[in-house]
Amino acid sequence: MWGLCPGMPKESDRGEKMKNTYKIHLIGIGGQGTIKTSTIIGEAAMKKGLNVVMSEVHGMAQRGGTVITELKIGEVYSPLIEETDADLLLAFEPTEALRSLNKLSEKTFVIVNSIPIVPFTVSLGISEYPELSTVFEELKGKIKNLVLIDAQKVAKEAGNIISENMALLGAAIATPNFPVDKELIIQSMKENLPPETIKTNLKAFEMGFTEVKN
Amino acid sequence: MRVEEILTGKEGEKLFLLGNEAAVRGALESGVSVVSTYPGTPSSEIGDVFYKIAQKAGVYFEFSSNEKVALEVSIAAAAAGLRSFAFMKHVGLNVAADSFMSAVYTGVKGGMIVLSADDPSMYSSQNEQDNRIMARLAGIPMLEPSNPQEVKDLMKYGFDLSEQFQIPILMRTTTRISHMRGVVNLGPVVRGKEKGFFSKNVSQYVVVPAYVVKLRKELIEKLGKIKEIADNSPLNKIIDQGGKTLGIITSGGAFNYVMDVVSENDLKVNILKLTFSHPFPEKLVLDFINSVDKILVVEEVEPVMEKEVLAIIGKHNIKKKVFGKLDDTLPRIYEYNPDIISVGMAKITDKILIKKEKFTTELPLPLRPPVLCPGCPHRASYYALKKAIKGLKLKEEEIIYSSDIGCYALALQPPYKMADYCISMGSSLGIGCGFAKATNQKVISFIGDSTFFHAGMPGLVNAVHNKAKILLVVMDNRITGMTGGQTNPGVPLDGMGNPAPEVSIEGIVRGIGVKLVKTVDPFNLKKTEEVFKEALQFEGVVVVITKQPCARLTDTKNRKKGINIKYSINQEKCIKCLICVKNFTCPAIFTEKDGSVHINPLLCDGCGVCVQVCPKKAIEVKK
Repeated sequence: MWGLCPGMPKESDRGEKMKNTYKIHLIGIGGQGTIKTSTIIGEAAMKKGLNVVMSEVHGMAQRGGTVITELKIGEVYSPLIEETDADLLLAFEPTEALRSLNKLSEKTFVIVNSIPIVPFTVSLGISEYPELSTVFEELKGKIKNLVLIDAQKVAKEAGNIISENMALLGAAIATPNFPVDKELIIQSMKENLPPETIKTNLKAFEMGFTEVKN
Repeated sequence: MRVEEILTGKEGEKLFLLGNEAAVRGALESGVSVVSTYPGTPSSEIGDVFYKIAQKAGVYFEFSSNEKVALEVSIAAAAAGLRSFAFMKHVGLNVAADSFMSAVYTGVKGGMIVLSADDPSMYSSQNEQDNRIMARLAGIPMLEPSNPQEVKDLMKYGFDLSEQFQIPILMRTTTRISHMRGVVNLGPVVRGKEKGFFSKNVSQYVVVPAYVVKLRKELIEKLGKIKEIADNSPLNKIIDQGGKTLGIITSGGAFNYVMDVVSENDLKVNILKLTFSHPFPEKLVLDFINSVDKILVVEEVEPVMEKEVLAIIGKHNIKKKVFGKLDDTLPRIYEYNPDIISVGMAKITDKILIKKEKFTTELPLPLRPPVLCPGCPHRASYYALKKAIKGLKLKEEEIIYSSDIGCYALALQPPYKMADYCISMGSSLGIGCGFAKATNQKVISFIGDSTFFHAGMPGLVNAVHNKAKILLVVMDNRITGMTGGQTNPGVPLDGMGNPAPEVSIEGIVRGIGVKLVKTVDPFNLKKTEEVFKEALQFEGVVVVITKQPCARLTDTKNRKKGINIKYSINQEKCIKCLICVKNFTCPAIFTEKDGSVHINPLLCDGCGVCVQVCPKKAIEVKK
């Protein structure tokens, strides 16, 4: 019944052998669809025959708190990315990108949604939201491969502001070295999103993709 | 993936499953018949999936009123010969502990698995207890999966083992396993028996001293035999990376971090992965110890295996160094990750390169603490209570707010600051009773509907009988909210979505003998404030039930009906008094740098309570 140690993924289960691993860190705020976006990437990677693990941190808040997910593709065991080891950072909010700086190195590709979300603590005066221009400068000063994208604008143009996450996903998969094919991502989107939203989501996704490709 | 695929996925297919979802699939592939729980993160999603698929799968599933009841339901099913599965968060096992400790004595006929999801780093818990110690306290065999595939496979293994030795099995996961997604290969789903039959046997099932002395002896003998199985189990495996200098003993999530660090740094070590880790496989571990020069034990939370290893070393008079938590090679607190393991291992091997320069920022980053959602009825309840307190000129320092486990404890945040004490499910009442006797301060206890059913009722009985003067606010939002929205005995739906009798909180409270009981809709601020004023002036135990569905429930209902109301602020009427921002504090309301007040339409839930808060009627339905 137990021929193999279950902790050791069998070669046959892991599909196509990768030389390297690919590690994606996603950070956003509860309600922005961070987890759904990650799941779509993970399922697409699985469809390609790659080994993939993902971690979700749910925190206590249903909405409004920081949500982090990490995806590791290739010959890996734990779903947590080591410091400075992310290949791609997808930040759904500008200051949240700064929260994840420790995961980045010079080689990391970084996609950041430029639309800020200001928490209630700022209105109450118990915390501070830095000037947006300062946040962008800080990001530009540190990160070589940075794309700032107004995902809200893209989503609005696509037909629904709720599609921000798919605009960002489109941008992410357009980065060099992204290990999963666009077609598989689209297939995975269709299997994970409510059918009535597919059209708008695909449009936002394509628009996000074009932003980076051009 | 759609949730239904966890049931309908065919043998040979692969799914990208959460550890919790893999537990469901594992139970279904094992022919489980009865499943029970009380929701608790990080185990909650197991119940959410069963809620959706149990009916179709031919499985009986319930959200029990608490973990003890959940465990007992599954114990009885297993005694009747069915396969059963009870799951809970780590502290839930404390609630269930009384029955848990003796169920190991009485044993089972059908296989039974108890899953405890521990929460290292306490992402959503009140403590960091390590339930591997509970396994040792109870004398229950334990399995520790490292990934979703193992979660699924160990369910099957566990059920077989349970039936073979007629003893329940404990499966210990941690947050990082329960909330880890991975590729899972599916096996065939097996339909369980619909009904069992309980064959009477008092000497096995009635734990009076005369019988239990024999059962205790039998348990210890059983554990001896199971230990031999663990010693020889292929679940416990040596992974030889080509070195005998250092041997690493590890389990569960910690195993993953070890593997990542070892392969990243190309370390020549020997690793013993213990998956069937209690009874501790002494012979296997002894052989491993003898095969290496020094030993490192890597495990999350307490030095449980480390002490077992030290005991073996002592017993066999071996002179070898053991590194772990006890010598501070690795920390005893919080969840591990590959970086923590690297730092620890760098202390005992020079083969590890500690990384490198990290990017940092000097910019202040905004705080995003967990917060009551926009549209949350609890905010309205607290706002009205605060106004009533102010209206009666009561001093805040003279009031003790005894809160409980649930979303409403988030009122500890400013501006409300209405949670002064909170330690466990139902504690708002017992702690409230204590403060009422020990001080002359006014005591206000808060409890949710689900928590009231779970462990609140005995505390209220105590308050009435022992004349503890407290005001209890039952915040009835018609759901078990914080764990993601599960049904509870107060709502007319059971754990499979079927109609069910709704247990009346007001009826219970009256039955217990509380003289003043008021039920009010907190979305009517004025009325709620009046009720609170009356309650605050009442001499004796008084209960106010604030009843209004959770915003998430209302959202779903409105979405289905096509209702989409948003509010906005009429800038001409707004005098920037900031009452809505500073006193009411809905996350959807914010100020711009110029001091003007706005509502974020993405966040606004359309509850309209802020309209009642505004003195200038400046908040209007957005057109």
